[in-house]
Amino acid sequence: MNVARITLRIAAVVLILFIIIGPLVGIVLWSFAHRWYWPNPIPQEFGLRYWQMVFRQGRILDSLLLSLTIAVIVVGLSLLFAIPAAYGFARYRIPMERVLLVLFLMPQAFPQLPVFINLASIFNRIGLGGNMWGIIFAHTMASLVYSVWIVTATFRSIPMELEQVARNLGASRLKTFFTITLPLAVPGIIASAIFVFLWSLGEFTAAFFIGAPFIQTATVLMYTASMGYNMQIASVIAILLIIPSILFMIIIERYLKAEYLAGMGG
Amino acid sequence: MAILETRNLKKYYGRVRALDDVSIDVDAGELLAVIGPSGSGKTTFLRSIAGFVKLDAGHVYIEGKDITELPPEKRDVSMFFQNYALWPHMTVFDNVAYGLKLRKMPKEEIEKRVHDVLKLLDIEELVDRKPSQLSGGQQQRVALARAIVVKPKVLLLDEPLSNLDAKIRLRIRFEIKALQQKLNLPTVYVTHDQEEALSIADKVAVMHEGKVLQLGTPEEVYKSPVNFFVADFIGTNCVLTLKVLDGRVKIGNKIFEVSSKETARMVVRSDEAEVLEARAEPGKDGLRIPGEIKGKLYMGSKYRYEIRIEESEDALFVNSGESFKIGEKITVFVPDGSYFVY
Repeated sequence: MNVARITLRIAAVVLILFIIIGPLVGIVLWSFAHRWYWPNPIPQEFGLRYWQMVFRQGRILDSLLLSLTIAVIVVGLSLLFAIPAAYGFARYRIPMERVLLVLFLMPQAFPQLPVFINLASIFNRIGLGGNMWGIIFAHTMASLVYSVWIVTATFRSIPMELEQVARNLGASRLKTFFTITLPLAVPGIIASAIFVFLWSLGEFTAAFFIGAPFIQTATVLMYTASMGYNMQIASVIAILLIIPSILFMIIIERYLKAEYLAGMGG
Repeated sequence: MAILETRNLKKYYGRVRALDDVSIDVDAGELLAVIGPSGSGKTTFLRSIAGFVKLDAGHVYIEGKDITELPPEKRDVSMFFQNYALWPHMTVFDNVAYGLKLRKMPKEEIEKRVHDVLKLLDIEELVDRKPSQLSGGQQQRVALARAIVVKPKVLLLDEPLSNLDAKIRLRIRFEIKALQQKLNLPTVYVTHDQEEALSIADKVAVMHEGKVLQLGTPEEVYKSPVNFFVADFIGTNCVLTLKVLDGRVKIGNKIFEVSSKETARMVVRSDEAEVLEARAEPGKDGLRIPGEIKGKLYMGSKYRYEIRIEESEDALFVNSGESFKIGEKITVFVPDGSYFVY
C-alpha cells in the first residue's frame, strides 16, 4: 500500500469520526463551559456549575423523569397493542392487510408539525391537552409503526412448523403462543421496544404542542433552555438523554445479536 | 382392527384436488408408505390426520373414535416434520420433554422417559445441547424422539429421510423400520422416494392428483401395477411409445391386444432387462426385442447401453456386465412380469 492511499484512508476515518463525534464533542464542551465566547475554539472557563444546577433544580430532573415515565408507558402500551396485532398479521389472513399496515405508518408519513398541531387542537377539546396522557397517547399512536412492523416481521420469520409441532404434541393455541412463539420472538420484540423507547424519549413536536406549557418533557425543556441562550443547560440535558441510548446500544451489541441469530437460524 | 381409519377424505384448494375420496386404514403395528410425485396430495393426507388441514368431506377415526373435528392437540397422533422443526430456544431435553410436561407428568417420570427414548435412539450424550449444535442426522433423531416419547396412537412421518445424506439414509431406513416394529406403532410414512417406500413399508399407497391409484403390499404394487402411472412411478423403468394397428401392438416376439386407439405405452423394468447377443436363446420365457447398440457408458461394475429398436422412437436403457460394441446388433430380453403394456 502506498503512502497516498494510507493518507486518504486516514483522512476518510477522521472525516467520519468528525461527522459522528463532532457534534457530541460540542455538547460535552458546552456542558462544562462557564464562559465561551466567539471566536475562541474552546471555552475560556470550565466548571461544573451547570451540572450542579441541573441536579439541584427539581424542575429539570422532574422533566427528565417525566420523559422516562412517558417513554416506559409508551413502550408498554405500544407492545400491548402490537404483539397481538402483529401475530394476527403474521399468521392469519386479514382482509386489507396491506392497507391496515400502511395505516400505522400514517402519523410518521407526513411532516410532524402539522400532524401534531392538529392532534393538539383535538386533544385540547377533549381534555387531553397539557396532560401526560395526551403525550402518551400521541406517542403510542405514532410509535405503532415501529412496534407493529418490526414485531410482524419477527413473527413471520418464525416457521409455522415450530408452532404446529407444539400443537401436535398437545399444546393449546395459547400455550403454544406463550411457550414457543413468544420466546422465539423476544429478540425482535426487544428491538422494537428499544426503537419506541428512544423515539419517545427524543420526541419534541408532540410533547411541545400537546404538553406545553403545563408539562415539560426533557426535550421541551432543552429547547426552552437553548432558546434562552442557555446552551449549557441544554447540553447537560442532551447528554442525560443520550445516556439511555448508549446503554441500549450496548445491550443490543452484547446480547441481541447472538440471541437473534440463534432464534432466527432454526 | 385398524387403529387408524380414513373414510372418503376430500380436500379441494380451488379447482385443485388435494384429496379426492381417499380411504385408507392402518392396522396395529403396520407401516403404511404413501408415495407420489409432489402435489399428489400425500402430505395433505398426513396433515389432515394430524388436524392441520380442515377437510371438505370425510372422516378420520382413531381406535374407532371420530376425530375429524378435534383440534390438533387433542388427537394423540405424533407428527414428524420434514425440516425437523426443533425449537431453537430449548435444549434437546426440553424439546423432547415438552409433550410430557403438557401431560402433567411427575418430574422423575419425565426425566426417565426422556432418558429412555434418547438411549433408544442412541443420542443420550446430546441431552444438554441446543439444536444449533447438532448435525442433521442428530437433529433428525431428536425430532423422532420428541414424536415417540409421548407414546402416540399413530405416528406420522413426513419425508423423514429427505434432508439426510444418501449414505446415512440407507442405514437410517433400517433403523426406522426396526424402531417402528419394536414400538408396534401404526405409522404413516410419506415419501416421494419409491425405493424407500418399497423397502420399508408393509403397505404402499400410490397417490396422484389427490387420488389413491393403488393400495397394496410393496410386492403387489411392484409386480402388478394397476395402470400406467403406477407402473411408471414404481421401479426403474424405460417407457416405449408403440404404434397400434387394429387394436394390437407388436413388439419383438410378442403381440398384445390393447384398448388404446393410436399409440400404446410399454413400461419396461430396466433393472430386470438383459442385453444378449443377437442369436442367443434365453432359457426363460419373456419378451425378446432385437435392437442395435447406440451408446455405451462405463459404470464401474457394468456398462449402461442405449439401445435403438425398430418398433419405437424411444430408446431403451439397459445395464449389462458384458461388453458390446457400438453399432452391434443385439437382443434385449425382458422376463415375463417385468413389462407392462397400457
